Amino acid sequence: MRELLMLCLAGLFYEVLTEIFQEIQSKGEEGMKRSLIFLMATAFILFTGSAFAADTVKLGVAGAHSGDLASYGLPTLNAAKLVVGDVNAKGGVLGKKVEILPADDVCKPEVAANVASKLVSDGANVVLGHICSGATKAALNTYKEAKIVVISPSATNVDLTKSGDYPNFFRTISPDDSQAKLEVDFALNKLKVKKVAVIHDKGDYGKGLAEFAKADFEKRGINPVLFEGITPGAVDYSAIVQKIKNSGADAVIYGGYHPEAAKIVSAMKKKKMKTFFISDDGVKDDTFIKVAGQFAEGVYATGPMDTSKNPMAIAAIDQHKKVYGSDPGALYLNAYAATICLLQAIDKAGSTNIDAVSKALRTNWFETPLGKISFDERGDAKGIGFSMYEVEKGKYVEVGK
Amino acid sequence: MDYFLELFVGGLTRGSIYALIALGYTMVYGIIELINFAHGEIYMIGAFTALIVASALSLLGMSGWSLLMLAGVIAVIYSAAYGFTLEKIAYKPLRKAQRLSPLISAIGMSIFLQNYVLLAQTSDFLSFPALIKEFSFMENVTIMRSSELVIFITTAIATILLSLFIKFTRMGKAMRAVAQDKTMAMLLGVNVNRVISVTFIIGSALAAVGGVLISSHIGQINFYIGFIAGIKAFTAAVLGGIGSVPGAVLGGLVLGWTESFATGYVSSDYEDVFAFGLLVFILIFRPSGILGKTSSEKV
Repeated sequence: MRELLMLCLAGLFYEVLTEIFQEIQSKGEEGMKRSLIFLMATAFILFTGSAFAADTVKLGVAGAHSGDLASYGLPTLNAAKLVVGDVNAKGGVLGKKVEILPADDVCKPEVAANVASKLVSDGANVVLGHICSGATKAALNTYKEAKIVVISPSATNVDLTKSGDYPNFFRTISPDDSQAKLEVDFALNKLKVKKVAVIHDKGDYGKGLAEFAKADFEKRGINPVLFEGITPGAVDYSAIVQKIKNSGADAVIYGGYHPEAAKIVSAMKKKKMKTFFISDDGVKDDTFIKVAGQFAEGVYATGPMDTSKNPMAIAAIDQHKKVYGSDPGALYLNAYAATICLLQAIDKAGSTNIDAVSKALRTNWFETPLGKISFDERGDAKGIGFSMYEVEKGKYVEVGK
Repeated sequence: MDYFLELFVGGLTRGSIYALIALGYTMVYGIIELINFAHGEIYMIGAFTALIVASALSLLGMSGWSLLMLAGVIAVIYSAAYGFTLEKIAYKPLRKAQRLSPLISAIGMSIFLQNYVLLAQTSDFLSFPALIKEFSFMENVTIMRSSELVIFITTAIATILLSLFIKFTRMGKAMRAVAQDKTMAMLLGVNVNRVISVTFIIGSALAAVGGVLISSHIGQINFYIGFIAGIKAFTAAVLGGIGSVPGAVLGGLVLGWTESFATGYVSSDYEDVFAFGLLVFILIFRPSGILGKTSSEKV
């Protein structure tokens, strides 16, 4: 079937070529320009035609592969490559090899929307990504219309599953409301603070989390003394730090990513403030400790539960060390698990059809480095959760419940 | 009262950095009527150079003031060289072209420099050492930190030196002449090319100083910091009157204080709204900025 199509296209191309030569001879320059356009158009069609000719299962891997948040996206790409390598060595999925289509969205929503269109037009059957909630949200409609199953290892914005708008979306990480609840519980029960300030970075991820934290605090009868957003990338944050100090808050709950968190924590510590700093999995990253240096000591952040005793997790980390020569970064195990679930679901469903794969994800339990997991009707994973971590002597250490 | 003073000092710090970068924008605009969009990247390159030099020198055992001075001087020289080269490759060939071309060239160079540093260095955020040591006499002062004091003093000295330079030296006179009327200055024997190069060199040097100081204060740098700093500094330059040197400093300080007080007394959510709202407000009533001169077209 495919070969016939290629033959037809080749024939068409030949016809067009001969016509063009005739045109050039007869009409000179004007004909030349028109024919050149015609030629390019046919070449374009041919090239896209050849994309359909290859017979593989295409796994789009979308996320921040460059830019300031690349430390969140690159481990996912590595995880996908390792899992796909293993799967292909065992014969692939549905008898075909799996092909990775990497796509860089630098964690920006505008770029993510374009990336999604490109992946769809490149023929992606399923997508692992995106990494940041804002970017994922921007891309999901494109995937929904193209009927592609999307699984994210890190997008934690609650609406992505709870709103019901995206039945094609799954994730191997708990949503933000569970993160926020953990932060609030920790602040009130463990640290026993009376006054809290809630700060966010105005993005989908940070603000969403901050709003859940605020709502949780209010439910427990505590009104945050501050609820404000900062602009990421600003030259200096002394004003907001001053404001926090002036408000008398015992703890700051910060929703956002590690660059701004590092700047704020440094400024707070330099001003000799004793305020606790509690943040989210966007800050539970080794780069935060590297950049903030000594000022990172004592910072709390939530992150996926510690799975270091899980044998699959240990094997996956060793594999990364052997192939890439370094420790994997944030979200590596979540991405590893997501890829395993996705590819096994396709096998169990017998196709890449969205309904079959979704059903397979929801009705089966998969063995992953995160443990045995499955997915609920909304797309959230069952069997995983968050823990609180503290920076102790330059490393994140899980805090006992 | 303490709170007000702390916000004041914070705004002063921010404003000083904006002023240092804005001086580069305003001088270049005054001379060749070009908005050098790549100026923010010179600031970023100054910071990166200082980081590299400081890391190398501290491995050799240097520390304290000499480390800051040496790293700063090398960063300034390196950034000045960048500014000089930037002008020669991206703007000089387009001097006779229509207004839009050098502008696009500037934007292109900005993107090029950002990505060059991204590829040559890293996309990660890098920790910048606190090169400015804490003063012992500042120990009990809570409203201001040592690094903020150093930033303020450095900006004040730089502004004064620049004003003296423009007012009392031959090159300064030549700069004023070229800013007033380039063709006439050329006819009177002023080496216009050299004047333009000197302008770029001085502007880049100031931006590099700003980069080194604020990076020591904040503690981290990244290839993208030039973008927002550049926009804010450009706003400051326009606010104070583009083309006017005291205007750039005034604009920088006004912008810094507006942002700081807006965050402190209203909400951090509206920091940028206040900053740019102020810009629009000033421009409505004084279209050429606070200290700008309304230039009339002579027919």
